Amino acid sequence: MTISASLKKRLKYFNVDISFSCAEENMLVMIGPSGGGKTTIIRMLAGLTMPDEGRILFGDEVWFDAASRINLEPQKRRLGYVFQDYTLFPHLNLFENAAFAASDKKEVGELFELFKIGHLKKRKPHMVSGGERQRCAICQALARHPRLLLLDEPFSALDVITRRGLREELKSLKGSLSCPIIYVTHDINEALFLADEIMPVVEGKNDDGWMQRTISRQSEEGSPTRGAREPRLALVY
Amino acid sequence: MDYLALYVTLKLALITTILLMIIAAPVAYLLAYYRFPGKSLLEALVYLPMALPPTVIGFYLIIVMSPKGFVGRIWETFTGGSLLFTFLGITIASIIYSIPFAVQPMKAAFSKIDRRLLEASYVLGLSKRATFLRVIIPNSLSGIAAAAVLVFLHSIGAFGVLLMVGGSIPGETKVASIAIYEAVETMNYSAAGMIALSFIPISYAFLLLINRLNEDSRT
Repeated sequence: MTISASLKKRLKYFNVDISFSCAEENMLVMIGPSGGGKTTIIRMLAGLTMPDEGRILFGDEVWFDAASRINLEPQKRRLGYVFQDYTLFPHLNLFENAAFAASDKKEVGELFELFKIGHLKKRKPHMVSGGERQRCAICQALARHPRLLLLDEPFSALDVITRRGLREELKSLKGSLSCPIIYVTHDINEALFLADEIMPVVEGKNDDGWMQRTISRQSEEGSPTRGAREPRLALVY
Repeated sequence: MDYLALYVTLKLALITTILLMIIAAPVAYLLAYYRFPGKSLLEALVYLPMALPPTVIGFYLIIVMSPKGFVGRIWETFTGGSLLFTFLGITIASIIYSIPFAVQPMKAAFSKIDRRLLEASYVLGLSKRATFLRVIIPNSLSGIAAAAVLVFLHSIGAFGVLLMVGGSIPGETKVASIAIYEAVETMNYSAAGMIALSFIPISYAFLLLINRLNEDSRT
């Protein structure tokens, strides 16, 4: 199934006006500066924010259509959404969190093993590290057999080492998932590492030149000290 | 000692607390999460019993519950009896008298819950009702418990409202606070003293419980 969307929404400082699609087994990475409307776009896909105009189609299922006033509830879209920061339920332990909406509890155990958090099942979210919480959030999203996976800067609050590890795990997981994946980040390395397709979003619009401009600006600015200032960039280039 | 009056008091407070928790939860949910025209008017109306003198509440309840009043008339057509001077009558009075003390802490507890948790629950497929039961309630237990304790304490202290609506029928509407008042009226200070004394440990224990719950919710 392919997700395709064309969305318009007026925001306070700019308007979102964007069209894109993402096929199954494909990862579309949405990249751009913070505050550029990426999260708003993801929220519109999830049904948490209503676009002013446009349509969202999943295969031949209409999720949103402004013209015919269709707006499918988030509950019925059956998607996985890993939020920017930890939104695990604080009253449940990690296993209960991941099994919250799972159809098959046994599978949750397998996912926990896959993400190496099997020994933390009984811990509450505040008792584990940020990386472990995000691993659990991914398990929670996958346990529901999502038809579409949305990842909104899932690793941005983590330290570099943890982040790199998780990034690699996600990349290897990607092959075994058949749904379309949309991944939001402001980190160019992450985008280059993970993406099948990259869509730069600046002030709510697709801006294909953004990556090029950003990379050349960075290399102009500090040639000898770049490695020290941006160690992750130096690792890639 | 007037054990019967103490029994009526505790029974009334317990029933009021249980019923009010069930009634107040949806009201608190509405006030915490929804914006609608006239919301501030509704909210003020819910809190009004806190701002009115108990005798004023009692007066209007008499008007409404009397056989000629709106509620009293309906009640009489269906049951043939009167609401005034019955246990049911003072239960209704007690519930209305304590509504603000149930709604306010519950609303505060509900509003404290991170909105994103609710969104996460919706995305995971849970309806609003299921989210209320599986996410909101378990994450505001200490607020709900605080509301229950406040309502219980407020109900055992009710006097004016109950006297007006229920009078003083032993075993039916004569609660401990009315028993104390009557004992003093008849100069029976030792009887009044016994009942009064029994309130102190009950209230003190519940206050300790509230403090404990507040500390829990802060951590």
